[in-house]
Amino acid sequence: MNTGVIVFPGSNCDRDVAVALARAAGRPPVMVWHKETALPPLDLIVVPGGFSFGDYLRAGAIAAHSPVIRAVKDRAATGVPVLGICNGFQVLTECGLLPGVLMRNRDLRFICRDVDLRVDNAAWRFTAGYREGQVVRMPIAHNEGNYFADDATLDRLEGEGQVLFRYCTAEGVVNDAGNPNGSQRNIAGIINASRTVLGMMPHPERVADPDLGGTDGIAFFAGLMTALQ
Amino acid sequence: MTQITPALIAEHGLSEDEYARILAMLGRPPSLTELGVFSVMWSEHCSYKSSKRWLKLLPTKAPWVLCGPGENAGVIDIGDGQAIIFKMESHNHPSFIEPYQGAATGVGGILRDVFTMGARPIANLNALRFGAADHPKTRHLLAGVVAGIGGYGNCVGVPTVGGECGFDAGYNTNILVNAMTVGLADAGRIFYSAAAGPGSPIVYVGSKTGRDGIHGATMASAEFSEEAEAKRPTVQIGDPFTEKLLIEACLELMATDAIVAIQDMGAAGLTSSSFEMAAKGKVGIALDLDRVPTRETGMTAYEIMLSESQERMLMVLKPEREALARAIFEKWDLDFAVIGTITDGDRYVARYQGSVVIDLPVAPLASAAPEYDRPQAPLPAPAVIPAAAIAPAHDPLAALQQLMGSPDLASRRWIWEQYDHMVMADTVQRPGGDAAVVRVHGTAKGVALACDCTPRYCEAEPVTGGRQAVAETWRNLTAVGARPLAITNCLNFGNPEKPEIMAQFAGCLTGMRDACEALAFPVVSGNVSLYNETNGVAIPPTPTIGGVGLIEDLAHTASLALKAAGQALILIGGQEGPGWLGQSLYARQIAGLNDGAPPPVDLAHERRSGDFVRALIQEGRVATCHDIADGGLLVAVAEMALAGNMGLSLTLEGIAEANRHAWLFGEDQGRYVIACPATEAAAVIALSQRAGVAACVIGRTGGSELTLEGLGAISLAGLRDVHEGWMPGLMAAPATEA
Amino acid sequence: MIKARVHVGLKAGVLDPAGKAVEHSLHALGFAGVRGVRTAKSFELVLEETDAVKARAAVEAMCQQLLANTVIETYRIDLEG
Repeated sequence: MNTGVIVFPGSNCDRDVAVALARAAGRPPVMVWHKETALPPLDLIVVPGGFSFGDYLRAGAIAAHSPVIRAVKDRAATGVPVLGICNGFQVLTECGLLPGVLMRNRDLRFICRDVDLRVDNAAWRFTAGYREGQVVRMPIAHNEGNYFADDATLDRLEGEGQVLFRYCTAEGVVNDAGNPNGSQRNIAGIINASRTVLGMMPHPERVADPDLGGTDGIAFFAGLMTALQ
Repeated sequence: MTQITPALIAEHGLSEDEYARILAMLGRPPSLTELGVFSVMWSEHCSYKSSKRWLKLLPTKAPWVLCGPGENAGVIDIGDGQAIIFKMESHNHPSFIEPYQGAATGVGGILRDVFTMGARPIANLNALRFGAADHPKTRHLLAGVVAGIGGYGNCVGVPTVGGECGFDAGYNTNILVNAMTVGLADAGRIFYSAAAGPGSPIVYVGSKTGRDGIHGATMASAEFSEEAEAKRPTVQIGDPFTEKLLIEACLELMATDAIVAIQDMGAAGLTSSSFEMAAKGKVGIALDLDRVPTRETGMTAYEIMLSESQERMLMVLKPEREALARAIFEKWDLDFAVIGTITDGDRYVARYQGSVVIDLPVAPLASAAPEYDRPQAPLPAPAVIPAAAIAPAHDPLAALQQLMGSPDLASRRWIWEQYDHMVMADTVQRPGGDAAVVRVHGTAKGVALACDCTPRYCEAEPVTGGRQAVAETWRNLTAVGARPLAITNCLNFGNPEKPEIMAQFAGCLTGMRDACEALAFPVVSGNVSLYNETNGVAIPPTPTIGGVGLIEDLAHTASLALKAAGQALILIGGQEGPGWLGQSLYARQIAGLNDGAPPPVDLAHERRSGDFVRALIQEGRVATCHDIADGGLLVAVAEMALAGNMGLSLTLEGIAEANRHAWLFGEDQGRYVIACPATEAAAVIALSQRAGVAACVIGRTGGSELTLEGLGAISLAGLRDVHEGWMPGLMAAPATEA
Repeated sequence: MIKARVHVGLKAGVLDPAGKAVEHSLHALGFAGVRGVRTAKSFELVLEETDAVKARAAVEAMCQQLLANTVIETYRIDLEG
């Protein structure tokens, strides 16, 4: 599997996701600098977490205009899957590959802790490592993870099975108590209409190693690699 | 030429005597810019003039120390060709004035001190002291400082993994923000600041220079008065995004052979970094200030030299590598400017707009800063208050709940969930335990990190307090199975011109020395922050210790959380006698007694019990361990129960009712609680006897309650609510933009 | 030279927790008559363009493409000079 990780000035989780990808894909990813306008052949493109351009103006807003994003959009249009994690999700909404926007957390503070997620849809490649309805545990670490879109968009996402992860309680109940940041309808991760682009706020790469206190990320990457073959 | 008046000299924080030394050194009055240079170079913050004499007491050497105090940070060897570089610094005065930026720039500054030596930063910690919880400024300061530390550290992408936070009325008008950074480097590629090579270019990289923080170093060297609020303009503004770029660009350049010397521009900006580089290298410097990138128009030479604009580094490069270096910094969109050259001889000459604005001798200025042996007043020895003199607890479990919900012991989760403590995907033990544990990337090793100090002990009896701060740090590293290697420190005290403060300083340092020697735990870096006083009222003496230890194999480590039911709880290192309640949280909060001597620190006992516990962990016999500190034994086991979400039962067999409170809440030093399978307990006790360390079974794990046999039980869930609820309750209003 | 001031605010109906927090704090400070606070951003751009119509069109495009996220934000442009 040839994977690629886009690196912006201020990306922080590029090495973290590269380690997880190397383990799952059997070879390290290509690291692509934001100024590149051409991409090598890739089976999966990852936009990692961090603070691209310092989160200045809006999180992901400036990165969305980087030269490399044009190439990522073109590649996504041919069906190559794109995974955006945390800041990556923010970049994907800002560049229009995914609907909606990630706003400031409801409680106005950065939150770093484990959350429980309900896998709402396991039918797609991105959630191939999970069962529908499964509750998985992953960390979030963000200031702007509050997902917002208008009601028509939210209804459409839900109707079309495009909501893949929702914040929930440990028992899998999707309610306010299980919502860490105020996201509309507890949305933690969505895919686009053509099922090729996933954006998610939680960090699967941080629980893809048994030494780090959680292994639900292993199934994420392993499942994705298997589904891509 | 500006006239140098007595008022101008005083404004620059220089005494008449110090000015006389300047005149004698130069043979003429200084220019205004030169006066500014002396002002910052001889400020307490930069010259350590009141503390140097005492800092020399501290042990700084060991076979694993590659670089001790005197460079930007300390360097220790962790084997396999790798080194850890670390240091702690204070940013107390700016954080009181502007908490977000004061704390943020504190983090920025200490990060630079570490990566300037060639290390990729892998962890941040911080030790914070605020005023009383109900003081009107505390909430605002706490919210601002935590937001600032998180805002900077999270953006830079270095995990903030641990620290300490205390509340005491003694810090009402002088909060403390001590920030520590730990970095990983190749032992064979450490970068130093001594300049060399006459003719080599001096290069400025990073953000442009503005008017930020001019005289920040002198502010750090002066007490506050009511005009502190008016000092707002002297606080620097940090840009963590630029810092991240700087880290990546510098590390990329450091992988080549281009750098001769490198230093970050911190307190006193361009002035201190350039003088120190020249002095260490015993060379001269010729600077052209017109070439310094500025972001304001019309800046004077004075402003350029003294600006404390953040995120800037100064380097001396090999002449033939200038183009390579420039290309790297341009890739990262950072300013890169050749601003001068290294010269033969001993002169520091700076030109600006056609004139010579500085022409000073290097060595006398950098090394001949006055050094004072300030007088001390003997401090009254506190009376030992025996446990019998303190009212016994009628309901120890109620006392436990009160303590667990108090500012000293309540959960700090509200703080550390605002820090990204997992970025870089190597955090093995998260905040909330005895020490943070961070894996050495790509290896099976880990580093254990902790910050400690017990200011009430230091105030009661400084020598004991100094010992205890080092000993507790050592214990916390031991409790996770690490071999403690070395420490950094931040010595926060009041006005050293007062004999009683000087006595506190000398006492704490003497205690630190004792412990560092006995525990083979040398000091490799540190920082002194004096004049933490307002209107003449000083903070409690607070020597914050930052310790680093090595875990050779992460498969053998321990954490405080109880992990299985039916295990035996064993107390290690208990001593004869009824237990020491003097200066305990129990005595202060439950019995209302603030006086008395703190618990003595028997360093040989510390060493014996700690080495024994570490061996148990390293041999894989024990995976659950917690040291006993604030609050004593009952608090320690309660913390273990909450962390593991598992109850326990303690036996009080053999404890006389009159000594019960001392047994449960005494803060005797050098003790740990471990848990192990019940079938292993006898073996552990036998091993302890061979090691000459006391050990006894004190209870069992299991259930959902915390039980004192024969006395009663409380639910873990209820205890958790109390423990977790205090800080969110205090901070209940949502944070607002400052 | 033309100076453009761009005011970028949240669309009506989009939750503004920062605004609510500010309102709450104002009340706590004793300013009772505050009936709502919305936060916004303000940009000042100095443009070389001297023709007001062209300048406005350029700033419109800047708002659409970068300065405002039109999913949740609206903007207002004022020119001077």
